[in-house]
Amino acid sequence: MKRRKFDLAELPEATAVQVDDRLQIASPLRRMFNKVFPDHWSFLLGEIALYSFIVLLLSGTFLALFYDPSMQETKYDGSFTPLRGIEVSQAYRSSLDLSFDVRGGLFLRQMHHWAALLFVAAIVVHMFRTFFTGAFRKPRELNWIIGVLLFWLAFLEGFAGYSLPDDALSGTGLRIASAIVLSIPIVGSWVATSLFGGEFPGHVILDRFYILHVFLIPGIILALIVVHLALLVKQKHTQWPGPGRTNSNVVGIRMFPAFSVKAGGFFMLVFGVIALLAGLFQINPIWLFGPYKAAVVSAASQPDWYVMFLDGSTRLMPAWELRFHLFGHGYTLPPVFWPTVVLPGILTMLPLFYPFIEARFTKDKAVHHLLQRPRDVPFRTALGCMAITFYLVLFISGGNDVIADKLKISLNAMTWAGRIGLLVLPPLAYYVAQRIALGLQQHDREVLAHGVETGIIRRDPDGRFYEVHQPLGPVDDHGHSELEYAGWVVPKKMNRIGALLPTLRGFFYPVESRTPDGHVPSDAPISPAPQHQEIGSGRS
Amino acid sequence: MSVGHHNGDVDLDDPRLTRFDLVREGARRDGVEIVHYAPRFPVPGSRREKRIVRSISLMFVIAGLAGLGFVVSYIAWPFHYKPGFNINKWFTPMLGITLGLTLVFLALAMITWGKKLLPEEIAVQDRHDQIPDHAERRLTGATMLNMADELGIARRPLLRRAALFGLLPVGAAAAAPLIGGLIKDPHNPDILEHTAWGKGIRLVRDDLTPIRPEDVSVGGQMTVFPGIPGGNTNDHADSPTLLIRLRDEDASKLRSAATKIPENADSMYGNLVAYSKICTHAGCPASLFEQQTNILLCPCHQSQFDITNNARPIFGPATRRLPMLPITVDDEGFLVAKSDYQQPVGPGFWERSSS
Repeated sequence: MKRRKFDLAELPEATAVQVDDRLQIASPLRRMFNKVFPDHWSFLLGEIALYSFIVLLLSGTFLALFYDPSMQETKYDGSFTPLRGIEVSQAYRSSLDLSFDVRGGLFLRQMHHWAALLFVAAIVVHMFRTFFTGAFRKPRELNWIIGVLLFWLAFLEGFAGYSLPDDALSGTGLRIASAIVLSIPIVGSWVATSLFGGEFPGHVILDRFYILHVFLIPGIILALIVVHLALLVKQKHTQWPGPGRTNSNVVGIRMFPAFSVKAGGFFMLVFGVIALLAGLFQINPIWLFGPYKAAVVSAASQPDWYVMFLDGSTRLMPAWELRFHLFGHGYTLPPVFWPTVVLPGILTMLPLFYPFIEARFTKDKAVHHLLQRPRDVPFRTALGCMAITFYLVLFISGGNDVIADKLKISLNAMTWAGRIGLLVLPPLAYYVAQRIALGLQQHDREVLAHGVETGIIRRDPDGRFYEVHQPLGPVDDHGHSELEYAGWVVPKKMNRIGALLPTLRGFFYPVESRTPDGHVPSDAPISPAPQHQEIGSGRS
Repeated sequence: MSVGHHNGDVDLDDPRLTRFDLVREGARRDGVEIVHYAPRFPVPGSRREKRIVRSISLMFVIAGLAGLGFVVSYIAWPFHYKPGFNINKWFTPMLGITLGLTLVFLALAMITWGKKLLPEEIAVQDRHDQIPDHAERRLTGATMLNMADELGIARRPLLRRAALFGLLPVGAAAAAPLIGGLIKDPHNPDILEHTAWGKGIRLVRDDLTPIRPEDVSVGGQMTVFPGIPGGNTNDHADSPTLLIRLRDEDASKLRSAATKIPENADSMYGNLVAYSKICTHAGCPASLFEQQTNILLCPCHQSQFDITNNARPIFGPATRRLPMLPITVDDEGFLVAKSDYQQPVGPGFWERSSS
């Protein structure tokens, strides 16, 4: 019998043929390879969130193998000597064991925590990008809504995770959460006892938070991320205006190989930064905080950064309590209710419906795939800056005790500054941001009409001085160009319009030499630098 | 899909076609026009190209070495906690540095490869699959309306109502065990209004030892727990109490202030006063006692309570005073509670009576 020849070089093609015979994937596969991605740094922010979520899933799975949510009291006898012999809960003990007795456990715990902080931060910054560039407009309102929901789910997920180690900080956080639930009118006390299985803290809350944290909320987040990305693929990316870019195309690079190589590298970068943070920067050292005891708290107990704005709003709230008499019984609406239930409610609903509210005011029903520069929509930019200022005042107030302590300011003065700042600063920010946006707009128009400042000062025979301007297009008798603003960057420096020769490559010594016309051989051909012939005065 | 009109423009069997012509045709059929495509290095093997290839290779090698370092330190580095400064403390930083370097150099290598070696390209994908097709819309709409017709929901009102009646309880039945299993009545037993304190229960320290009045120094404070089994655990999270011995002048100031509140009137024992430690705002332990000003500060939201005036809130978001625990001494001379708190302890809630 003749031995069959095996040719390794033909293997990929043979396999591909066999697969396509069965699945007919040639066409959808090629469509995926050829999907075009526009290139801009601001499109990478959402990717950071996605990648840190992957890190969270990986590190969280490891932690779940060792963590025990039981609140049963036990004696700690692990290797961290200062706490030996102390009565602690199983949850706290297993978290300590993870940190001290599982090889690499502390590294993965810190990785998980840092990735969580980065996840929420990336979501927030990604939201800013989407908001300020108008990427949420029709047809992408649904994806904006999913994004807002993802933010709040990440918030809940983070809080649940923060509660699990059962250290002094997580117990304090839970106690405040229980007070927040208690403050809800009519059903508050029922919801609180049902949540905690009786009186705070009870014995079941960590089991419940555990299943929420490792199964329910991540499941919903994952599902929403899938929908978020599916919508993105279906609707394709938005893009900045620019040469050749219209509302009916996407200009960029194809997914394979260029985009995917860069995106893969970016994932490694995000992962690597998280690993460096996890190894070098201690986070949530629960062994220093000690186990949760209802009678113990320390100053400067701050939650994770994304909860701090709620802590701040709670601190700034004046001592206003509503008391009623209904049907011969007294009722109370505690002050905690407003900053921790009503405020987050407003902060969820307003952004959720913002795309529709804005479209109603601007009467804009068109489909938009081109982004807007923040300066070109002053009212939205100003609104966003107002919201961020509001948020920042709350955020800073969440740490006002630490600021007061470190800067030796009166704590009460910090609280009052926060209360007043919360009312005064946001409108101020609105005004300032709007003026800046209008100013930038005007400057764009000015450069389009008069040209770029060259820095060359010319003296006329009659003694007057001019700055020479380089017009960006053909000029009329007064040296003015009639160029329309295209919604994109207007060059404002001479080297942006090719006035400087391209640099030679090389770190210590040049690795290439110029061609006779001054160019670098490896450079893509560019149009020759404009000559300084059409010099106008820049004035009429 | 987005193609149609390009089909047949190119004869795929034409021997003159290069592979890139096929790539371009494939992209065209997907609605993608590759409008600019140029190699980064028109002359292959230039010094610059070689230099870039060398530096990318170096990055991969560094990544591999650091990865090896990670595995070695993970396996070999001692990691158990030992007090003091020692090599074990470097275990986590070593993992971070090695893994971080691996990933960062891998990232740099991949990104450099993508940006410096891959051909420069500009591709334009059209969006004409995103324009609504009105004919399709009509056909699908008719199909959907036909479904409703086939079911006859509009024509058969009895069936509609019966189906609604039949389905609603099914939904409720699915939700009932989920919600019902969790529900706990907050008023039976009335856990919000009562604590573990009661008549004759001793005030004990965290180690469960009872306290004599002279154990607290003047101007000093002490956290005390109900002297029952488990009284110092989180099972009685609403019971921790702050025992303070006031200076004489502060004590008499408080005594006169206490007469204005009937339940506080006879609650002190000598210069000793016991307040609930659970903040009436959000339930944190209000435990920062400023001896000089007699102010108690809650570190969570900075509510401040005036100890010499029935622990009334004087700053911050708290609205209610800290309840006072009536105390006395028993036959053996140890401090005991005269009763439970006369007010609900801790944060406010809806059913709380407005007294």
